[in-house]
Amino acid sequence: MQVLGLYNYWVVIVLMMAGLYIMIARYNLIKKMIGLGVFQTSIFYMYITMGKVHGGTAPILEDGIELYSNPLPHVLILTAIVVGVATTAVGLALIVRIFEQYKTIEEDEIKAIEALEHDS
Amino acid sequence: MIADQLPALTIVLPMLAAPLCVLARRPLACWVIALCANFLAVLSAWGMFWQVRDDGVIRYALGGWAAPTGIEYYVDMMNATMLLLVSFISCVVLVYAYRSVNKSVQSAKHYLFYAAWMLCLTGLLGICITGDAFNVFVFLEISSLSMYMLIAFGNDKRALFASFRYLIMGSIGASFILIGIGFLYAATGALNMVDLAQRIPDAESQRAVLVAFSFLTIGLMIKSAVFPLHGWLANAYQHSPVAVTAFLAGTATKVSLYVLLRFFFSIFGPGYSFGSMFLNVVLLPAAVAGFLMLSLVAIFQTDLRRMLAYSSVAQIGYIIAAFCLASQSGLTAGIVHIINHGIIKTVLFMSVGCILYRVGHTHSNSLDNLFHKMPLTVTAFILSGLGLIGVPLTVGFVSKFSLISASMERGWWMIGALVLLSSLFAIVYIGRVVEIMLFRKSRNSTPEPVGRHEAPMMMLIPMYVLIGISIWFGVSGSTTLAVASEAAAALLGGYQ
Repeated sequence: MQVLGLYNYWVVIVLMMAGLYIMIARYNLIKKMIGLGVFQTSIFYMYITMGKVHGGTAPILEDGIELYSNPLPHVLILTAIVVGVATTAVGLALIVRIFEQYKTIEEDEIKAIEALEHDS
Repeated sequence: MIADQLPALTIVLPMLAAPLCVLARRPLACWVIALCANFLAVLSAWGMFWQVRDDGVIRYALGGWAAPTGIEYYVDMMNATMLLLVSFISCVVLVYAYRSVNKSVQSAKHYLFYAAWMLCLTGLLGICITGDAFNVFVFLEISSLSMYMLIAFGNDKRALFASFRYLIMGSIGASFILIGIGFLYAATGALNMVDLAQRIPDAESQRAVLVAFSFLTIGLMIKSAVFPLHGWLANAYQHSPVAVTAFLAGTATKVSLYVLLRFFFSIFGPGYSFGSMFLNVVLLPAAVAGFLMLSLVAIFQTDLRRMLAYSSVAQIGYIIAAFCLASQSGLTAGIVHIINHGIIKTVLFMSVGCILYRVGHTHSNSLDNLFHKMPLTVTAFILSGLGLIGVPLTVGFVSKFSLISASMERGWWMIGALVLLSSLFAIVYIGRVVEIMLFRKSRNSTPEPVGRHEAPMMMLIPMYVLIGISIWFGVSGSTTLAVASEAAAALLGGYQ
């Protein structure tokens, strides 16, 4: 039953592998960014689920609150979310510039154009 | 006293310079702001270096919050050396960049270029100084994001795609590091590196520590471009503005190598990394294959920048091989090569930048007789090229000699022999280019008017400053070896 009891970690693993697979297997640059987003979200989820204590409440200073979740991983992941947003923004901005220059966002077509223009 | 605040100032000054550059807008003003901030960062790194050398480790509680609650800056000989190296190389290349970027970046975008440069420097210095594992990730992403931007400034459209590829690879690497730090926190409940180092021996048997170790290894290997995971590097170095390449080649991968050292030696400890985890079984074949294969690949490159990029990956192979010895002398060799290679590869890329500035391309096959046109630039290329090969009296000799003697000491004479073999490849790829530049006559029937057309002084002077330092380090090898061996002792001694 331990395997089922840790279902939250299974979700992390499935999301992580899905994200990694999309990044490796897809040639479309936007899809690669989506894969990166899924991959990073799985890490956020891992940190958040790690800090959760079973039956614990939010960490508020008040009488009667004995058991509370660890707030530190949640705070850390706020920073990582900001970083993730920034990475996505930079990536998408690069894709816009790539599209302006190459008129395509397919990796194989971009490589074909590069090979055509520079190997001759 | 300002001397007590040096750890914070080193990071804050470049960070404040970035928004000031955006406000100032005019290229010259931005450059002056960036250069001043960078110069002050060098001064404070220099001050810290001597403080650490004389009085021992600096522990600086940021904002007055003591260690487990707040973020701590921890400076020992290892970080102090890295801080000085990174800030100094950045400062010299920044002087050089002023003329160099005129040809590769539109002047309307110069303010963004300098702002990104300052952010990148902030991130790199932050990685070196921080004593908090999560803070390493944050600074790593600050430097990486600005690096993607700097690479995309290249005027070739391939720079955009190179930057995008680096973004994907770099984000995977950084995410792996983030996962590793998460597992470490789950296993030990600590993020401060000193606390981590104390608690890991008790938690060693947990699978979470093992998983953290694996993720950190792969993530850091991607970030420092260790052989099978170096795919992002060649395109990024070839197509970015050449001043950026000089800056990155000297600092970015070196800083990742520092993080690798910090995690494997200070936090996990050599006994765990190399004893129970057999890290050298993974890293050593990668390192040896890296320096042999990529030196061989470099021979067949027709573009100077691409050739030097592959040679960089080969040099990282030497450094990793030295780390794998996991002994005092091996670490000393690795650290000395971080310093020496940082300087010579920067000079090489700077001289290639001068060639690009005047000739307009870097195809090594059509640089016939360049010596008569640009004698100072070609001399710089030859002097640092000799250093790359490892000729006696150059810095390369100091680091290769200490690497080979360290591997003999361990009884791994094969490593020493293979290092010599790959040095022979280095002779071929540097020698081939030098031969073209010095001796080959122009194949054109109507020879171009051969006149002196040297690169601007603003580019030559910083280059020769670095060459002067590399010659000094080469002739009196004991200077850098003494610093490196103190740094190695700090790493092996663990946290006090």
